[in-house]
Amino acid sequence: MEQFIQQLINGLAWGAIYALIALGYTMVYGVLRLINFAHGDVYMIGAMTAYYVAHWLGFASAPSLQGFVVVMIVAMALCAALGALIELVAYRRLRHQPRSSMLITAIGVSMLLEFGGQRVFGPDPKFFPQLIESHSLFRAGGVVLTNLDALVIVVSLVLMIGLRWVVMKTRVGMALRAVSFSYDTAALMGINVNTVLSLTFMLGSALAAAAGAMVGLRNPKIDPLMGLLPGVKAFVAAVLGGIGNFPGAVVGGVLMGVTETLVAAYLSSTYRDAVAFVILIGVLLVKPTGLFGKVTVEKV
Amino acid sequence: MGGLVSLLRRNAVLALLVLLQWPLGLLLNRALNPYYLQIVVYIGINGMLAVSLNLINGITGQFSLGHAGFMALGAYVGAAFTIYAWPYGVGVMGLAAALLAGGCAAAAAGLLVGMPTLRLRGDYLAIVTLGFGEIIRVVILNTEAVGGARGLSIPAAATFTSTYVCAVLCVGLLWRLVHSPKGTAFRAVREDEIAAAAMGVDTTRYKIIAFTLGAFWAGVAGGLFAHFIGYIHTNSFTFLKSIEIVVMVVLGGSGSISGALLAAAALTVLPELLRFGAEYRMIIYSLLLIVMMLTRPAGLLGSQEITQWRFWKLKTAR
Repeated sequence: MEQFIQQLINGLAWGAIYALIALGYTMVYGVLRLINFAHGDVYMIGAMTAYYVAHWLGFASAPSLQGFVVVMIVAMALCAALGALIELVAYRRLRHQPRSSMLITAIGVSMLLEFGGQRVFGPDPKFFPQLIESHSLFRAGGVVLTNLDALVIVVSLVLMIGLRWVVMKTRVGMALRAVSFSYDTAALMGINVNTVLSLTFMLGSALAAAAGAMVGLRNPKIDPLMGLLPGVKAFVAAVLGGIGNFPGAVVGGVLMGVTETLVAAYLSSTYRDAVAFVILIGVLLVKPTGLFGKVTVEKV
Repeated sequence: MGGLVSLLRRNAVLALLVLLQWPLGLLLNRALNPYYLQIVVYIGINGMLAVSLNLINGITGQFSLGHAGFMALGAYVGAAFTIYAWPYGVGVMGLAAALLAGGCAAAAAGLLVGMPTLRLRGDYLAIVTLGFGEIIRVVILNTEAVGGARGLSIPAAATFTSTYVCAVLCVGLLWRLVHSPKGTAFRAVREDEIAAAAMGVDTTRYKIIAFTLGAFWAGVAGGLFAHFIGYIHTNSFTFLKSIEIVVMVVLGGSGSISGALLAAAALTVLPELLRFGAEYRMIIYSLLLIVMMLTRPAGLLGSQEITQWRFWKLKTAR
């Protein structure tokens, strides 16, 4: 039982990371109807930027919570710019092309970030500096809640609530929701669709970067291909919750993280990576629109 | 008797091409050193993979990212067949049986993917097929009977001749399918599924046929790969291998068999020429994908075959 609760805590922390990435997928899919394959790699770039920023600003040798916050914010800002750049260069001109063209471009961008990253950062794993000392906040029998787990969960929650506020309460968020219904109508209402799409990518990429920086704290080994699997899994999480649906992405991410941790703990860690796909196929067979999705009918 | 004659006539080109293996094999074995011969064999294998994926992605328009999974299944089932079920030494018959077994296993998997994914389109299908390919890989990785994480060594029985014959059969048969009246139905599914269904095309059936046939030939190609190299490991069949095959199809022009074939040949030779920059190979691939989509989304040949080029038809065009 103790082990189970411990795994649940680990799963929750992982789930929070997945949820942050999944939110980016859901946002982009909501407005562009595109699986942004490169999103997982933006998360990798986030971790890498955090690594370099921590070293440049000297926080790696003088760990502190403030240092981590600064590092995370810089990583988020840089990745937001990267997200906008990707949208501008790779996706904007393809918006009216068949969707498969955009999908192929997305795969291309993803590979470019991965293998370009291998050239720039080097193919070997790097060890993320310990910006915050790990200690236990709470202990009951064999169950330990470390400050890092708590930090990951709390920061994720704050970011998610912030995103929800932006999307639901601000004018920009209203524009974003309008664009997700129809480009043309939104444009007629005086909304600059291009700006909104850039903004969507910036918000999503910033969340992915935050996830990347936090992963560096819990799993210090980072490498240029680290975004591949979490990217796909976060997408599965978004589908699980119903793609385009914000609370769905969060629930999907948490479910995914917990399931994976439990499978790794009780079955076999080698099957961990296959679980996501089994879940995906299961969801698509039983309820293709996801847990919170709405059914739409496609017409000619 | 008349039936037999017409059957022979219809298959004359195919038979001739298959028979060509004998002089071609003699010539190439004499003229090329093993390194070049190996590249030629790889062109054949990659050509089969590209053309078979082209049936699914290019012609039927069902974006699949799991071709490496089918290839892996064909390679492992073929290899296991050679090791466990054909202990009499690998002759031509043994190899043919192993390839057939691998192809059938992959076809069964293709059927399995095709059936549930029929209600999905576009991006969802892409991600499910990607997942299916990874599941196949993880399961093989955990199966001790075929070596698991150690990989599997098998007698290297495939040669230029066997690759050539398989490639000719694969390309020839798929070519005929695609250019038959039924081929139009595959394309109708690609152009507009709902409209095709409204016109009475059984879209489900054609999608399943595409998946099953495409997977079968990927399996055969996998079997050839295994029996040519003599050692297989699941690392050869990752997501990146699937992407590589997709790049071939996209570069050649989705829907063009000759385009897929040409792109497969070019992308097999190119990395060999770029040996000095091997670490840039994947970067080049990714740039190729992006630039291609931005400038010429239909691929080099579009959905045209090389035989339809105006170049050949200058006289009739005037």
